[in-house]
Amino acid sequence: MRYFEDMRVGERTELGSHTFTADEIKTFARRYDPQRFHLDEVAAAQSHFGALCASGWHTTAVYMRRFVDAERREAARLRAAGETPAKDGPSPGIRELQWVRPVYAGDTISFAREVKELRETTGRPGWGLMVALNTGTNQNGELVLSFVGAKFAEKRSK
Amino acid sequence: MPKLHWEDFAAGQTAEYGAYEVTADEIKEFAAEFDPQPMHLDEEAARASMVGGLCASGWHTCAIMMRIIADGFIVDSSSLGGTGCGEVKWLAPVRPGDRLHVRTHVIDTRVSKSRPDMGFVNFRFDMLNAEGVRVMTLTPHLMFGRRPPAPGEKAAVG
Repeated sequence: MRYFEDMRVGERTELGSHTFTADEIKTFARRYDPQRFHLDEVAAAQSHFGALCASGWHTTAVYMRRFVDAERREAARLRAAGETPAKDGPSPGIRELQWVRPVYAGDTISFAREVKELRETTGRPGWGLMVALNTGTNQNGELVLSFVGAKFAEKRSK
Repeated sequence: MPKLHWEDFAAGQTAEYGAYEVTADEIKEFAAEFDPQPMHLDEEAARASMVGGLCASGWHTCAIMMRIIADGFIVDSSSLGGTGCGEVKWLAPVRPGDRLHVRTHVIDTRVSKSRPDMGFVNFRFDMLNAEGVRVMTLTPHLMFGRRPPAPGEKAAVG
């Protein structure tokens, strides 16, 4: 994780991509979202979605994995440069979550984050709040996921 | 035939579903796949973090919420999925051993202009632990199929 002071409004980070397989869509759905269009190709084909598609909560979970992996790469880069990376901070929440289009089996989604706001916090000394627009885009360049998320970011200066 | 259709939801309705018991193993299993931050993976590292002990990923909490409402009413409904959430707020940590409930509240409903065979239902969902502490609140926008005409009605029309 980078330090609050090192972040800039407007900064865009590509978080990497993920191809959603039918197997993992169904595995997630069996555990957390057992609706027919996430569980079974035939039933999904008869639904308004037209084909097997991922739970929206599966898409956001995969976004998170890409985000954490990107943060780890950044931390490794800082360590290699002889610096101590910032600690991970929790998120108080998100807003304007939109599942714009279905994520179908076989789709490859590329995730990105753009810093929108860097806010001072009250009551959390040593931490700032980073607000970012997060997106997922499929292999055809169509937006499938969008939300504005907030995350506590450690400050260098205490 | 699904039990609940769009017509069965009306502004002001409330209901409660659950409970779902969260285990340390499940928290770590979800985190290992989707959110491998120390506060979700390792008791000791979590104690040293801002959240002060092992807690579930916010996205895991969303997935658990989905499972509770899926079992509660969604799977037995004409659910067509969701378009998003106005907000998702993670208000308190979800800990191992927590027994979670979801309290649902219908904010408003409307028929789709472009697809008159379906309608939208805007909810507020509050997730509570056994102590009654609200751990998460969110405002999902869900879609449901409308109730098809009874066979007699269909015959009269046809």
